[in-house]
Amino acid sequence: MTTPFANSSIRRRLVIQLSLIAAILSLTFYLIVRFVAEQAAIDTQDNILAASATSIADALYSERGEVNLELPYSALSMLGSISEDRVFYRVIVDGETLTGYTDLPEPTPLPIPSNAVFSTFDYRGEEVRSVAVARTVSSSGQAVNTTIIVAQTRLGLEAISSSISTTAAFVGVGFFIFLTTLSLLSAQSALSPLRRMTQSIKRRGPHDLSPVKTQLPSELVPLVAALNKFMARLHASLTESEAFVAEAAHRIRTPLTIVRTQAEVVLRKLEKPEDKKALRKMIRAVDESSRSAGQLLDHAMVTFRIENLLTAKLDLGEITRDTCEHLSPTAGLKDINLIVRIPDEPLPIAGDSILLQNALRNILDNAIKYSPADSDIHVTIEKSDHYEVSFTDQGRGFGKADLKSLTKRFSRGDNASDIVGSGLGLTIADEVARAHKGRVHIRSNTEGPGACVSLILPRV
Amino acid sequence: MRFAYFAAGLVLFTLGSYGASAFEIEGTRVYPAPNSTVTLKIISTADINVFEPIILEFQRENPTISIDYVIASSTELMKALHEENAEFDLAISSAMDLQTKLANDGYAQTYSSTATAYLPDWAKWRNQIFAFTQEPAVVVISDAAFQGIDPPNNREELISLLRENPERFEQRIGTYDVRASGAGYLFATQDSRNSDSYWRLTEVMGRLNARLYRSSGDMINDVSSGELALAYNVVGSYAMSRLPDYPGIRIILFDDYVNVMLRTALIPQNARHPVESGILIDFLAQLSLRPELTELTSLPPIDTAHLRENSAARPIRLGPGLLVFLDKLKKENFLQNWVSSMEQE
Ligand SMILES: Nc1ncnc2c1ncn2[C@@H]1O[C@H](COP(=O)(O)OP(=O)(O)OP(=O)(O)O)[C@@H](O)[C@H]1O
Ligand SMILES: [Mg+2]
Repeated sequence: MTTPFANSSIRRRLVIQLSLIAAILSLTFYLIVRFVAEQAAIDTQDNILAASATSIADALYSERGEVNLELPYSALSMLGSISEDRVFYRVIVDGETLTGYTDLPEPTPLPIPSNAVFSTFDYRGEEVRSVAVARTVSSSGQAVNTTIIVAQTRLGLEAISSSISTTAAFVGVGFFIFLTTLSLLSAQSALSPLRRMTQSIKRRGPHDLSPVKTQLPSELVPLVAALNKFMARLHASLTESEAFVAEAAHRIRTPLTIVRTQAEVVLRKLEKPEDKKALRKMIRAVDESSRSAGQLLDHAMVTFRIENLLTAKLDLGEITRDTCEHLSPTAGLKDINLIVRIPDEPLPIAGDSILLQNALRNILDNAIKYSPADSDIHVTIEKSDHYEVSFTDQGRGFGKADLKSLTKRFSRGDNASDIVGSGLGLTIADEVARAHKGRVHIRSNTEGPGACVSLILPRV
Repeated sequence: MRFAYFAAGLVLFTLGSYGASAFEIEGTRVYPAPNSTVTLKIISTADINVFEPIILEFQRENPTISIDYVIASSTELMKALHEENAEFDLAISSAMDLQTKLANDGYAQTYSSTATAYLPDWAKWRNQIFAFTQEPAVVVISDAAFQGIDPPNNREELISLLRENPERFEQRIGTYDVRASGAGYLFATQDSRNSDSYWRLTEVMGRLNARLYRSSGDMINDVSSGELALAYNVVGSYAMSRLPDYPGIRIILFDDYVNVMLRTALIPQNARHPVESGILIDFLAQLSLRPELTELTSLPPIDTAHLRENSAARPIRLGPGLLVFLDKLKKENFLQNWVSSMEQE
């Protein structure tokens, strides 16, 4: 289904529709003001005409059996007070014109006393508004019917109504501009939650699948609810797959441990060197598989924790010391000296301690693994505008390996083929560093052979 | 003669009816222009000697316009335009009421220009009637007659003065015969509207056998000759122009109110040369910019500031109010009242 505006912006649609409403309102306003004002002007003229005619009627009197009139000055002057219109009058007594403009037409029907008759007609080349009132005058005991007609041209009326029309038009246009501006602003503000939502979704990291919690108007709630539901499903399926990997790793590892133990037992009993060689190969393969399973398990756990990152206030020195302590037995096995130099002050950091320990352990694990027996590993923390935890060994170094690709999943250096490993250690360290807005820095030891790998983390 | 160059042109002076028309004229004079292309026919109530400087100056600036100047009384002017549809290009009259009636009844053309736009609102009506002079109605007294008494400053003082000194003012008060003079009728009706004292004043004047005149000029003459002690409602401009020639007279502007008559011009509906009439109206509307003409004519030009100097001055309002006293019955009643007040036995 297509609607005419399906693709155009909501804002434009809102503005066009609101402007249309504004235009209709302004026009209606203009017409109403004009109508009311014109009516008022007509009423004003009618009222003055009626007052004039009435004052003439009041000035009628009878004298010696004749109806006479003392035309009041105000009767005509009041008509000249608001405009420069031409004025005509006629007084008819018993069908005969007593005074005034003899050709001024009588209205039909003739007015009855106490009821003025208004009419509009052409007289002496111009449109006039006229009023006729009737009055009975008693003259020598007889009631005499008189009619008073007062007429006025409509020049002033036209001037008034045209000035009102102009004013109304200006006000209408002003009203329209005002409403349109208002509609622009209101369209802007009505759409601002949408923009806010877009911003907040854009700002998210690639792994953030938590529900959108921005304050939203009720109209957007269904949309966001649908979005959140979708993300929850995605999240669930991700979690499920991580859990599946963890479970799988576990299930593989357990039987492998059994296989390895049994193989060791068998190895001791074997005598033929070729048999022993074959079995050692098998044991090594089992080790590789086991290591891989372990690292996969760790990676799954790390990924999950990153997704639901819960940060706490930690001390980086403490975490580093713990990690070294944890691995010192392994180092001891190879007579490797761990030289730890950490500043004797609190090094506050916000993060997940399990993740950070995991990252540090993997880096230190590499240093021990790729170092020869009887060597030193320096562990230092430098504090500048960030923290830099460095592990410097005197081992084989990276050789010609591409340093950037070492953090990729399952990537191992050419120099490491004799040593058991899965290629996930630095991946884990890198992902943890990124989740904490830091990074892993891999380079060669500048003082002699060996490698130097650092975890760089921002300070709080 | 001062205007020798123009006087060399054809000058006609006739009395009687104009052409084949029935309305009466008092005189006519033609002012041919050196490069004449049109002849503007003017009908006017103003004396030729009053108006001539204006015509000559106008022709000096517009040398293609000849002028045919016809003098008539305001009543005859009205008759010519309203009843007989006589063809004129401009009607100039001091009878504001009749000019208003002409415009109201559709006998005037609408005209507007920058010059007329500058006229104050009270000096024009419908853009059909344009005032070009403001002439107060004044009292003229003879210094000799007022030796030893203070001249009156307002109508109340005048009434008591006349009541207290009947022997001194018997037959020595002059005023317009409102039956015979349009200006007199206009002033009288405005007086009756402005103050209650008017009818009392009329009665007092009637008791003193006041003398009635048709024109301001005659009244001034009789004051200066000593025949009259006081003339009431004299057109100020005439009095002003005579002042230097008659040292024994004095002009008094009352402090209760002073009616100010406006001399007005209009373009009749059937004018043949309305464009040239417009040029002349512009010229008249801007008379205040030509003090030398004011000097020559003694016609005070429209000038709001000058008018405001005297707080008692009341320009007679153009508009339908002026039609009231032209009402047949109203006029009959007014004249009847006036006559009975003025002519007690
Ligand atoms: N300290 C080091 N000295 C020399 N080479 C190193 C060092 N640390 C890492 N490497 C190289 O980087 C590669 C990737 O290291 P990584 O820790 O990811 O994998 P791994 O050690 O081979 O396997 P595992 O997942 O079991 O740790 C290694 O295979 C090795 O070639
Ligand atoms: Mg490793």
